[in-house]
Amino acid sequence: MADTRPGATARIIRWIDYRLPFVQFLNHELNEYPTPRNLSYWWNFGSLSGIMLVVMIVTGIMLATQYTPSADLAFDSVERIMRDVNYGWLLRYLHMNGGSMFFAIVYIHLFRGLYYGSYKTPRELLWIIGVIILLLLVATAFMGYVLPWGQMSYWAATVITNLFSAIPVIGPGIVTFLWGGFTVGDPTLHRFYALHYLLPFVIVAIVLLHLVALHRHGSNNPLGIDQKGPQDTIPFHPYYTIKDLFGLTVFLLIYAFFVFYAPNFLGEPDNYIPANPMQTPNHIVPEWYLLPYYAILRSITFPILFISSKLAGVILAFSSIFILFFLPWLDTSPVRSARFRPIYKRVFWLLVIDVIALGWVGANPPEGIVVTVGQIATLYYFIHMLILFPLIGKLERPLPLPSSISAAVQSGGARLSGAGAPLAKP
Amino acid sequence: MAPERRWRSPEMLKHVFAAMALSTVLLAPVLVRAADEIPLPRQEWSFEGVFGTYDLASLQRGFQVYKEVCSVCHPVKHLYFRNLAEIGYNEDEVKAIAAGYQVTDGPNDEGQMYQRPGRPSDPVPGPFPNDQAARAANNGALPPDQSLIVKARPGGPNYVYAILTGYKEAPEGFKMLEGMNYNEFFAGHQIAMPPPLSDNSVTFADGTPATVPQMAHDVTSFLTWAAEPNLDDRHRIGFKVIMFLIVAAGVFYAAKRKIWAPIH
Repeated sequence: MADTRPGATARIIRWIDYRLPFVQFLNHELNEYPTPRNLSYWWNFGSLSGIMLVVMIVTGIMLATQYTPSADLAFDSVERIMRDVNYGWLLRYLHMNGGSMFFAIVYIHLFRGLYYGSYKTPRELLWIIGVIILLLLVATAFMGYVLPWGQMSYWAATVITNLFSAIPVIGPGIVTFLWGGFTVGDPTLHRFYALHYLLPFVIVAIVLLHLVALHRHGSNNPLGIDQKGPQDTIPFHPYYTIKDLFGLTVFLLIYAFFVFYAPNFLGEPDNYIPANPMQTPNHIVPEWYLLPYYAILRSITFPILFISSKLAGVILAFSSIFILFFLPWLDTSPVRSARFRPIYKRVFWLLVIDVIALGWVGANPPEGIVVTVGQIATLYYFIHMLILFPLIGKLERPLPLPSSISAAVQSGGARLSGAGAPLAKP
Repeated sequence: MAPERRWRSPEMLKHVFAAMALSTVLLAPVLVRAADEIPLPRQEWSFEGVFGTYDLASLQRGFQVYKEVCSVCHPVKHLYFRNLAEIGYNEDEVKAIAAGYQVTDGPNDEGQMYQRPGRPSDPVPGPFPNDQAARAANNGALPPDQSLIVKARPGGPNYVYAILTGYKEAPEGFKMLEGMNYNEFFAGHQIAMPPPLSDNSVTFADGTPATVPQMAHDVTSFLTWAAEPNLDDRHRIGFKVIMFLIVAAGVFYAAKRKIWAPIH
């Protein structure tokens, strides 16, 4: 029987905390953690992506215990998981659709940051760490897609690794090095599997850095103004734990719908055909979440000065993410939230439309109008980043900012008495 | 009542628009691809929808069509005889079906491979020992594995049904290659497979008339099961999960409203 004397648990916790302030740390970062009182549901997507990372790692490890990373056996071993492993179909569909859900959440999280200026001082490093996480996610997802060794796995691996051959002089050598041979084959699959297993843990480490950076100055908020005192914040628990929990449940409903009723909707039928190096599929398309990059890659159909069209496409596709690293300095406006930026507030949606257009271009064979739309959308993406961001910041006249979060909540939001008072935990 | 009011604000509408836009990104590749293909005739399938389940009688008839017609050329590589218990055959029937096949086993103590009757634990043997033999016997064409065909083709069961029933006379002036057949729904309209079904190709034990549409429907159902044997479980568990989540979402929303009441 456990010791039930009053205070026993408290004494043990005190003993541990004196030596290793673990409980104290959890209490400080997850319980008392002062959070702006006005966060909207768009702020749910940070914790949601953290939860998805855990879901992917757990289902992934379970799949790894049954999967065989060899060119001869990989496809059949996935089918064994689907058919003969207890609830193997559930694990695999959770993992497969989980990738799509993860990217959907991360993209919403990213666009939320863009709309509310979450990358601006003092959160530049927080944003940069986030972009690093995005790059690692793309790499991990790509390598994971290769593992079932279906037709689309094989040909996606071939197309993407071949991009490196565009690098002058050393390119072809790099490709052979990546493949571990002279074509995508068994050694490629083995190393992709090893890296697909490794990278998520690297992502966990970087997510922890993301959280350390976040908790340094706390969350941004829809008003984009700093916390000015305890009247502006509420403790994370119970206010945001319950709000995040409700958001999580709604998200799980969407996730469950795909897993149980449309598990292959987001996938490619071709990937249920075993990899065949002798037969190229009619259209090689990546998963939906990589389509915009793919569109940029293909939209450069002409050489630029001395750079071949292929190399230029590769450089631009990578730049489309790398450019985000510089966003804190490209955006010259001192105001964070688009709510108080009359011009940016509208121009923001052009970027959303542009990225959707790029996704559409990436999904279609590059013929006729598709190429033109792709070129315009690519051009616009870089104009938006390199010209509009600096220019709007300079030209725009921002609306007056509220004096504080609590003042704004009192006048614009609910007008209950005491809404501005510091809140004790209920 | 703060939440209601926020729904009407222009900002919230924009947020809704954003969510719709992002879901468009999700759907775009599929929508676009569907447009450049001949629309497939839609069939009624018992396994469609939230409560969809396999019709075991249809699966058994479909297995008979596969066994007596398709299996002459097409393997079902991922199926084992034991799996047939899932479509309603009892243990003895599964044993009898398996014993009707000869499978290669070995090597025995003399180092020789030998033939023996099949057992429920054996995979269903294909018609050819390897792909080269299959091509040699089929004018150079490789009859694809059927156990995943429904998941490996856009349109799924509707596509497989359409191919089976889509044979026609080639239109005037359409150039056919030697040994090919005209099929409305096959990409390029020239398919190496001759029309596999004709009325009364098989005789169903339950007295169902063996018309071409009936056989195509049954064998497509069987192949859907072969590709996705856990669909019944998936639909049943999914319904419970979603019901649970709806209730949980309601409870959490109420809790959230109550906890936040002093702040709103």
